[in-house]
Amino acid sequence: MIEITNYCAISGSRISVNGQTDFVQDGDVLFTDFIKAAYRNYKVDYPKFFKMDNLSKLAFIAAEVLLKDTGFLTRYQPEDIGMLFQNGSSSLDSDLKHAASIKDKTNYFPSPAVFVYTLPNIMIGELCIRHKIKGENTLFISPKFDAGFLYDIIDNSFTTGKIQSCLGGWIECGNDNYHAFLFLAEKKIDKGLGKNVIFTVENLTTLYHQGIN
Amino acid sequence: MGNSLKSEKMPEVYIAGNNMMTSLGFTTDENVENLKNDISGIKLCTDKNLYPTPFWASPLSTERLNDSFAGIADIALFTRFEKMQILSLTEALKNSKVDVCDTKTLIILSSTKGNIDLLEENRFNPKRVYLWETAKRLAEFFGNSNQPVVISNACISGVLAIITGMRLIKAGKYENVIVTGGDILSEFVVSGFQSFQSLSQGPCQPFDAKRTGLNIGEGCGTIILTSNSSLADDSCLIRVTGGHSSNDANHISGPSRTGDGLYLAIKGAMSEAGILPENLDYVSAHGTATAYNDEMEAKALALAGLNHVPVNSLKSYFGHTLGAAGIIESVVCLYSLKQNILFNTKGYQEHGVSVDLNIIKKLTPAPINSCLKMASGFGGCNAAVVFQKKIVS
Repeated sequence: MIEITNYCAISGSRISVNGQTDFVQDGDVLFTDFIKAAYRNYKVDYPKFFKMDNLSKLAFIAAEVLLKDTGFLTRYQPEDIGMLFQNGSSSLDSDLKHAASIKDKTNYFPSPAVFVYTLPNIMIGELCIRHKIKGENTLFISPKFDAGFLYDIIDNSFTTGKIQSCLGGWIECGNDNYHAFLFLAEKKIDKGLGKNVIFTVENLTTLYHQGIN
Repeated sequence: MGNSLKSEKMPEVYIAGNNMMTSLGFTTDENVENLKNDISGIKLCTDKNLYPTPFWASPLSTERLNDSFAGIADIALFTRFEKMQILSLTEALKNSKVDVCDTKTLIILSSTKGNIDLLEENRFNPKRVYLWETAKRLAEFFGNSNQPVVISNACISGVLAIITGMRLIKAGKYENVIVTGGDILSEFVVSGFQSFQSLSQGPCQPFDAKRTGLNIGEGCGTIILTSNSSLADDSCLIRVTGGHSSNDANHISGPSRTGDGLYLAIKGAMSEAGILPENLDYVSAHGTATAYNDEMEAKALALAGLNHVPVNSLKSYFGHTLGAAGIIESVVCLYSLKQNILFNTKGYQEHGVSVDLNIIKKLTPAPINSCLKMASGFGGCNAAVVFQKKIVS
C-alpha cells in the first residue's frame, strides 16, 4: 500500500503543513515579498534561491517546508525518488519577461538567466539539485489539478518498480494567483510515520482543496 | 519476482503508425529519402522577424505548410503550431488502423513552447498560448473525447511522451495512444539560445572536434502506439519495450560532467526492456553538437557499456526540434528497424569527445533488431526509450 506521509500547501500568503497553518502573512502581500519572507522565516541558507523565477521559488519553498524533519531523503537512494508534477500555465510568468526583453529592436536584451526559466521543468531541476534527487521526473501541463491522472502515473511507477518514493504535486504561479500543493508518497513501512493518509484519488483531491486559501 | 510476474501479464505495446514533418519533408518517406541522399535542411535564415542578424536553422516551408493545410481546414483559423500538429496527426492516421475517435484512444502532446508566438500576435484568443488549450483543440479537431495529456519537459519532452504512452497502455488505461509533438521556430526561442551563445555558426557537427553548437529546427512528429496487435503496423512488428527518465541533480543549464544522470535513464530503460548492452544494435543519440552535451552523452554510453554500439545524431539533418526531437528521431529509429539501415552523422569528421564511440559515418545496411533513443535537456533531465522488433518464435 502507498501512503501520503506528508503534504504541504502554499496559497494566498499562507503555508500549511499536513493541514496546519505553519506560516502566514496578513493583508495584501505581493507574491515576491511573501516568498522572500517565507525564505527568511524558515532560515533557509541557499543564495541560488534569489536567482530563481517565481515558479521555481514557489516550488523551492514548498519542498523545503515539506521535507523538513521528515527524514524522507535519508530513506531512499537518489535514483529511487521520483518527481511527478503538474502545472497549468507552464512558465508563462517567465515567458512574458523574456518576450518583453526582445520586444523592442533598439533595446534588445535577451538574457540566459531569464530564458532558462522559460522551461517549466527547470523548477524540478532546481529541487533535484537542492535535494540530490535523481529519479524519474516529468512535468505534465493540465488545465487544473488532475488527481486521477497523477494518481495513475505515480501508482504505475510504484507498481512497476520505477520509483520507491515520490515527491509529487501541483505548482502554479501566474500573475496574482499562485498555488503549490506538494506531497510525499511512500510505500507503507512497519514503523509508522504518524497519521498517514492512504494514497487514493479521493484523498489527493481532498488534500489539494484543503490547501487553497 | 513479483514484478516480473506482473510484467508478464502486461500488454505489449506496438507501433501502429508514424509521421515526421521537418524542413526535409512532410512525410516519413520524404524525410528518409533526403537522409539517404545526405541532404540537410539547415540553412542560413535572414528573416529579421526571427532574429536581428542571420543565423543557421532548419525551418519548415510556410508556403508548403499553408498549401498542405488548406486541403484540411481554413488556414486563417489555426496558428502555425496547430497547423503543424494537425497535419502530422492527419498523415500518421492515414497510414494507421487505429481509430482516433475510439474512447480507448488517448492523445499525448509534447512541446516545449507550443503557441509561444501568440505572445506577440493578436489575431488569436490569448488563451491559446496555454499548452492544454492547444491539446484540447487538437483532440476536438479529430473528434477524440478523452482529456489529452500534455508534457513540457524541455528537450526530453518527446521521449517522455513515448514513455508515458507506453506506460498508460501497459497499465491498461488505454488501448491506443497517439503521441504527437512539435515546436515552431520563433524569435522567442532563437533569441534565447543566442543569449546562451549555443547556436552554431554553420550547420552543426555532432560529436566532431570542431563543433560549436546547435541549430534550432522546426518540426513535428507523431507515433501511434497500441496494445492491439491487429492494429499494429504489420509491415514490421515493432514494440516499445522500456523507458526511463532521470535527473543529473547538478546544474539547470549545463549537463552533468560525468554522464551519470543519463546513464541512470539508459540503465532503467534497458533493464525494463530486458536487453543486455551486447545485444543492442543501434543508439540514436541526442547529439545536439554543443561541446558539453556530446561529451556527456559519450561518457554515459561508456558507463552503460554501449560505446561500441553504432551511434548517430540526426540533428545535422533537421536541427534540434526541441519538444518534437524525441518523437521525430524515434520515427527515424523505426525506419532503421524496418529497413535494416543506419543513417550517418552528417558533419562528423574528426572525433571530438573523450570516449571512443562507433559513430556511423556512412549509410550502412545492417540487421537492426533493437534500438535505444536517448535525450537530455535543460533542468538536468534525461530520458531513454527502447524499441525492438517482435521476434516471432
